[in-house]
Amino acid sequence: MEQIIANGLYLGAQYALIALGLTLIFSLMNVLNFAHGQMYVFGGFVTYTVVVQLGLPFIVGLFASAVVLAVMGAAIEKFLFAPVVRRSKRDESTMLLAAGVAFFLDAVILLFFGEKQRGVPKIVNGVFNWDMRIIMPYDRILIGVLAILLIVVFIAFMNYSKTGRAMRALAQDKMAAQLMGVNVARYSMIGFALGAMLAGLVGGLLVTITGVNLGMGGPTSIKAFLMIMIGGAGVISGAIAGGFILGMMESVGLTVLSAYGDITYLVIFASLMVFLAVRPQGLMGKPWG
Amino acid sequence: MNTKKLLGFAVFLLAVFVLVPLFIGATGRVDFFYTLTSVALLSVGAAGVWLTFYIGRINIGQGAYALVGGYVSAILVTQAGVPFWLTLPLAGLFCAAISVVIGLPILRLRGVYFAMVTLVLTEVARLSALALPVTNGAKGITSIPLPGELSLFGLTIIPAFGSLSNPRIGFYMMAVVLMVVTYLVLWRIVNSRLGHLCRSLQQNEELSASIGVNTAYLRVLAYAISSFFGGIAGAMFASIAQSIYPSSFVVADSVNFMLYCFLGGLGYVFGPMLGTLLLYFGWDLLSIAKQYQLLIYSGVMILLMLVLPNGVLSLLDKKEGRA
Repeated sequence: MEQIIANGLYLGAQYALIALGLTLIFSLMNVLNFAHGQMYVFGGFVTYTVVVQLGLPFIVGLFASAVVLAVMGAAIEKFLFAPVVRRSKRDESTMLLAAGVAFFLDAVILLFFGEKQRGVPKIVNGVFNWDMRIIMPYDRILIGVLAILLIVVFIAFMNYSKTGRAMRALAQDKMAAQLMGVNVARYSMIGFALGAMLAGLVGGLLVTITGVNLGMGGPTSIKAFLMIMIGGAGVISGAIAGGFILGMMESVGLTVLSAYGDITYLVIFASLMVFLAVRPQGLMGKPWG
Repeated sequence: MNTKKLLGFAVFLLAVFVLVPLFIGATGRVDFFYTLTSVALLSVGAAGVWLTFYIGRINIGQGAYALVGGYVSAILVTQAGVPFWLTLPLAGLFCAAISVVIGLPILRLRGVYFAMVTLVLTEVARLSALALPVTNGAKGITSIPLPGELSLFGLTIIPAFGSLSNPRIGFYMMAVVLMVVTYLVLWRIVNSRLGHLCRSLQQNEELSASIGVNTAYLRVLAYAISSFFGGIAGAMFASIAQSIYPSSFVVADSVNFMLYCFLGGLGYVFGPMLGTLLLYFGWDLLSIAKQYQLLIYSGVMILLMLVLPNGVLSLLDKKEGRA
């Protein structure tokens, strides 16, 4: 039982970090970023390139993937999303653009990094063993703690910095924020860059444990969508809650339901549909987001 | 105006039924038959997605209904021995029935929430196909017999596909007929009272409800029609491929259905047809670019979106505006 909870917490911390980036982008621009999973994979590959091929320390790789993804996110927002949002008749048109970006990133990853599974050697060796009740490798613990630390930093940034306040104001009411002198174009760009950066950071963290490959992007996006649906789209606390809930459900489901075959995700999806029928806006979301 | 429309329609029919087969016959690219059959069937599914866009919902779940439709037809043909032509409407009706049950709760959602739930629906369909005993799991259902002959009062309307010398042309004709009928139906719906009501839903659901439009009924109806199209398309696909697997229609297919609608233009009935043709056929043609295929494809898609954010058919708008 302790083992299941520990696994759930570890998974949840990563998931929450992925969902945070997605929900940030959604709350600022009303864009459902289909390319989020691909950004995550890209971040993983950047870390892999820096650590394994250039032989630099892991922390440099993590930093590099954060910077690369932040720049990429800012560019994508400024040159692709902002013009389309301005000129399109319907908000949803950005979905085609987001899907196009997702395909494009897939293509770039395929050309630059190939289709092979890539991983980074363990950064810490050894296994934590508490009386055979919880068994967990140290590197997983380290990554879990780092993820939680990043979440804390992110919340603090959103709550106490000027940029964070501006972005929260934008998410609440675009028009009012603009009237109060918030530079919408600039903070939308920063927000997108920040969201992409978070995806890159998670990719960089997880490449040490699970590795990354080309095919991971799409499924990761779907999982991130699930999390922000559970918690409520566009709400930061909701994304964190959604991440931990999904991590827990996966961990418990894989243990409890393993006797019935591979139906964990079927059960999760089905219960999510029932949950959303009762509470369409998720746990903490605004109605009609 | 009306004669102009009829003329355009006649030209279109001539093109798809006579010119395209002639062209393929002349160039010898017989594989285009298969590609164009896929385009026709995918555009039937996309027509359904377009209808849900028309009531203001983003539908990324058409793959689920295509999969269900394919399985219903395949199971009925292989296990119950029902003739294929009967299973085609049955598959559509089955999908429509499911979509009513699923749609009643989820159509209360809007915007991205609805989009994400329908996306999850595709995964649910795939996982169910893997888990249910009747679908034969990951092995899928294979060697489905080709459609037999369809006759009415002893008169053969469609000959058995197995007896045809070139079943590819048969499938192409069948798919195109299906596409033409679907779009006629869609066009009729849009230009009817129902279409006007749907438009009011797209613009402001509360407002139309306050005037006395039965919004709950309308959106379930539109969703059911949409799923009917999805089911038919899936059933046809299964019979052409003579097999169906849980991975026949996945999330990527659902997303593609939505992209076809976006690219063609959400404000135009024939938008999804054009979008399907451009995207699917373009992808096929780009296969000569080998490893750069995806790069060029997605690059063009992004460019199109930057230049024409309201769909390719919005080009027509500009012309009218200038004149």
